[in-house]
Amino acid sequence: MSARDKKLELEGLTVSFDGFKALNNLTLSVDPGELLCIIGPNGAGKTTMMDVVTGKTRPDSGTARFGSGNNLLEMSEAEIVAAGVGRKFQKPTVFERLTVFENLELALAGTRSVLKTLRARISPEQDNRINEVLGTIGLSGRRFELGSTLAHGQKQWLEIGMLLMQDPELLLVDEPVAGMTPQEIERTSELLLSLAGEHSVVVVEHDMNFVRSIARRVIVLHEGRVIAEGDMDKVQGDPKVIEVYLGV
Amino acid sequence: METLWSPTKTGDRGGKWFLSVLALIAVAAPILNQAVPASSPAHLSAYGITLIGKYLCYGMLALAVDLIWGYCGILSLGHTAFFSLGGYAIGMYLMRQIGTRGVYGDPVLPDFMVFLNWKSLPWFWNGFNHFPFALLMMVVAPGLLALVFGWFAFRSRVTGVYFSIITQALTYALMLAFFRNDMGFGGNNGFTDFKDILGFDLHSDLTRVVLLITTVATLAATYLACRTIVESRAGRVLHAIRDAESRTRFLGYPVESFKVYVFVFSAVIAGIAGALYVPQIGIINPGEFAPINSIEVVIWVAVGGRGTLYGAIAGAVVVNYAKTYLTGAFPEVWLYAVGALFVLVTLFLPRGIIGLVQTRTKR
Amino acid sequence: MRRFSMGGQWPLVLLLAVASVTRIYAQSPKDAAFLSVLGELREASYSDKASIAERLSQTGHSSVRVVLTALLEDRLYYRNSDQKVFVVKTADADPLALIDPLSLKAAGSAPADGMTKIGTNNSLRHTLKMTVAHFSLGSADAAVRLDAVHEMSLSLDEETVALLRKRLAVETNSGVRKEISIALALSTLDGSDSRARLQAVATLSDSVSQDVRNRLALLLDKSPDGTFVESDAKVRQAAAAAVESIDRWRTFYSDIQTLFFGLSLGSVLVLIAIGLAITFGVMGVINMAHGELMMLGAYTTYVVQTAMPEHIGISILVAIPAAFAVSGLMGVLMERTIIRYLYGRPLETLLATFGVSLLLQQLVRSIFTALNRSVITPDWMSGELKLNDALSITYNRLYIVIFTLIVFSAIVAVFKRTRLGLDIRAVSQNRAMAKAMGIRTEWVDAMTFGLGAGIAGVAGVALSQLTNVGPDLGQSYIIDSFMVVVFGGVGNLWGSLIGGMSMGVTNKLLEPWIGAVLAKIFVLVALILFIQVRPRGLFPPRGRAAEDK
Repeated sequence: MSARDKKLELEGLTVSFDGFKALNNLTLSVDPGELLCIIGPNGAGKTTMMDVVTGKTRPDSGTARFGSGNNLLEMSEAEIVAAGVGRKFQKPTVFERLTVFENLELALAGTRSVLKTLRARISPEQDNRINEVLGTIGLSGRRFELGSTLAHGQKQWLEIGMLLMQDPELLLVDEPVAGMTPQEIERTSELLLSLAGEHSVVVVEHDMNFVRSIARRVIVLHEGRVIAEGDMDKVQGDPKVIEVYLGV
Repeated sequence: METLWSPTKTGDRGGKWFLSVLALIAVAAPILNQAVPASSPAHLSAYGITLIGKYLCYGMLALAVDLIWGYCGILSLGHTAFFSLGGYAIGMYLMRQIGTRGVYGDPVLPDFMVFLNWKSLPWFWNGFNHFPFALLMMVVAPGLLALVFGWFAFRSRVTGVYFSIITQALTYALMLAFFRNDMGFGGNNGFTDFKDILGFDLHSDLTRVVLLITTVATLAATYLACRTIVESRAGRVLHAIRDAESRTRFLGYPVESFKVYVFVFSAVIAGIAGALYVPQIGIINPGEFAPINSIEVVIWVAVGGRGTLYGAIAGAVVVNYAKTYLTGAFPEVWLYAVGALFVLVTLFLPRGIIGLVQTRTKR
Repeated sequence: MRRFSMGGQWPLVLLLAVASVTRIYAQSPKDAAFLSVLGELREASYSDKASIAERLSQTGHSSVRVVLTALLEDRLYYRNSDQKVFVVKTADADPLALIDPLSLKAAGSAPADGMTKIGTNNSLRHTLKMTVAHFSLGSADAAVRLDAVHEMSLSLDEETVALLRKRLAVETNSGVRKEISIALALSTLDGSDSRARLQAVATLSDSVSQDVRNRLALLLDKSPDGTFVESDAKVRQAAAAAVESIDRWRTFYSDIQTLFFGLSLGSVLVLIAIGLAITFGVMGVINMAHGELMMLGAYTTYVVQTAMPEHIGISILVAIPAAFAVSGLMGVLMERTIIRYLYGRPLETLLATFGVSLLLQQLVRSIFTALNRSVITPDWMSGELKLNDALSITYNRLYIVIFTLIVFSAIVAVFKRTRLGLDIRAVSQNRAMAKAMGIRTEWVDAMTFGLGAGIAGVAGVALSQLTNVGPDLGQSYIIDSFMVVVFGGVGNLWGSLIGGMSMGVTNKLLEPWIGAVLAKIFVLVALILFIQVRPRGLFPPRGRAAEDK
């Protein structure tokens, strides 16, 4: 496969905070329709990597390309979203004082300009789409409740729902199952698996069982760079990974 | 019933109440002033008319602050700067209307310029002899300042208390500037001794009544405009920005543009409020820019209940009525009262009077 | 308040004891002679006063110069009730601050209508000047002699020149010798010997005095009839060069002076901001009552001074810990009752503390009335340090700079060297971890806030020396102090130091060009623009933790 066909391509990214290198010459790529899992101990640079992709942090050096020829490093956060990158945060941040329905409404793909949103109305198709997603994330019955009243797992789902509303080509999902019950985790993995194929999905997670249940390809980050790559069994057998995780 | 309650879709019962009260004022005040004889206890004096007008102008200023603070989380501690600029714009028109009736009788130059030995009108005073031009400037001056200031500040992601602090610095710098005689705005004394507006005597009861009705109508219109904004999807974006700014950005909304738009709109409302205030009160001076005034506006909003629009207006009226009463009856008590109000409201009444009323009625 | 008044009474009792002891020392015969001559001044005619003054100076009493100078400056009064003569601190004040003519110590005050001024006229003043100058030239104190020579060089005549020549012959102090030779050179310029004049110009070119420069510039003028005032071209040439050289030096010194003014203004800014740098920078609390905590410090100074009127000199030193305690306790009280419920809600904190600021203002209005209270500047802080004719530094500015540096170093030491400082840094960096390690985070919060508030009180002591002590004192500084902290970079003490100093210097550098108000506006606008470019100040907090804030 040539580089052109990659969905996301990061090369030689370096980010340092106060001399500490959060990313150290990081290179990785994501294929279209792929579900990629990224694991690594605390401080490995997982969240910083997502920050760079979404435009929140600018790297000291390196390149980041998305789709056919979008240079992410020259785009604003809003432009990156418009180009088709969606992100779910580690800590679920839904809009607490808006209803579930309104949360999804704001995430609707479409216009983002001030004057157009001032006049925007929800079309029947959009209403259907919101209802569909409400069903997918299991929150149909709570559509008029405030975001603040949801349980933790429900917030995680609402946030995934908001990602779905944006219909992005690339989904960045940061620790989707943190704080979820086993049943919720199972539903989440089903959801993510169903998304892959149509979308490219990058999942960052600590929960090894969860990663094992969904992963096809796994990348291990440590101290800001890739130290291992492959399927779960290969990665878990890698001596460098064992050293990092067990400190041998 | 918390489940069905949404901040943006309340059915606006309070708003309907508020508009009814405005309508009542617009009808009752002229009758009580014009038709009821002065001897009757029901007669509303010119002083009373002016006082109501003043409260409503403050209400409008509070509305402007609530729109950005209550809905978008932008706490401006410099909103009286925009209020004063609007006031100065209309004040310049009123000064030029005085003409030869000033102390020095100069047909063109206002008294203070004659006093400063100026020979001609500074260029920026041109056009203010036309009322429509003054109306334009009452919108343009605060709007432009807000646009430039907001564009710079929001683009650089100056947020939260940093933003609040530099708005304080902004209004402080403007106050110092307007105190200078060289600025050409009357220095220390500002503008006063106005004679008439559009040919009507500012001291006549009828003119005052008309000014009050204009204020009521403008307040109602701006209220409805704000209500429309906050109930639109754009309003929900503002909410989203207030609650989780970076999340909103990651949904693809140009957060900075939203902030600039709403900030400019709010500044324009404040400017119009100032422009309505000056002809009724009859004076404008640099003291209006004082940083402390802007902070006081915020407490009106907090007392009324932020994020409700009508609550802010109610807060402005209630606090100012209390101020008028207390400074008259117990001057010592006023500052204690307002100080305690700040503390108690933030600690115990985060949603203000309206929040209190809502909680009561829901039970 | 109980604690407060108790603290105030103790020094008072001590003072009374000290005061009564000093009274016991009776007058010596010399004092008695001096007093009796002094008493004659009350009724004497102007011509008699001249001879009385001469006789006073002959007593050789240590107070002669002060008393005669006071007479010269219309500051000599007698009390109508007992005819006792007093020197007053400032003429025509009401009430008059009295100074005992013998001991030269403060002797309370008296209403102006109970006192009568001992008057002078022009010729008497001339004679007095000579008498004082003569007396002063004989003084053992070189600084006094220097002042006298300088005074005399302003109005030179044969008499004074003769006096100066006589003194030059016996003078040993090099500074005084130089001043005398300048005075003599000035007088030589009027002489007829062109070589002597050239010599005199050479002597004068070393001076940096404005008077000397003007005198030399006169040599370059033409008389109304078109001829040069100075007939010798060589002398004119030398004079022109001398004027240029003096101007160059004067510009240089005035630049130094501006820089120093800037640093002293900067020190005030640093001082008012440093407490805020702790509460805002370290704790993230927006304390709008910061200005009022400074005001409390200033009022504490006033109360301390009122309690020890006989010892104004040390009252300031007593006031520093007192103000720290008063404002610091108020800070702890605020933190415990209000601020701790509002952590993490900065905008609400801002409003609540603003409410506190109004309460504090009204509180001092109720206790001390709305009128400004005057805090006396102790003698050791007034006056100026004269480095040369072009450069002098007022002591109060100098002390402000020194004081600020001391306070700043003390705070840095507290943060770096004490257990409290370690705890504060730990809590501000990772609250949960600090708590887990057994640090009493609540106690640390209260102490940190108390420390910041206490420093504000200490700043208030300094402000009491610079400005009127009134209920509005704090308000006029609050915006400045926030700007310093934001400019320097929140959470960075050094940033506040450099930020405040550079703001002060910029302000003073601009002032000569555009005036004080415009300079201030300019600095504010520049800061507003600066924050757009660097929203986190000069020295921004960095790293991921900082970004999440």
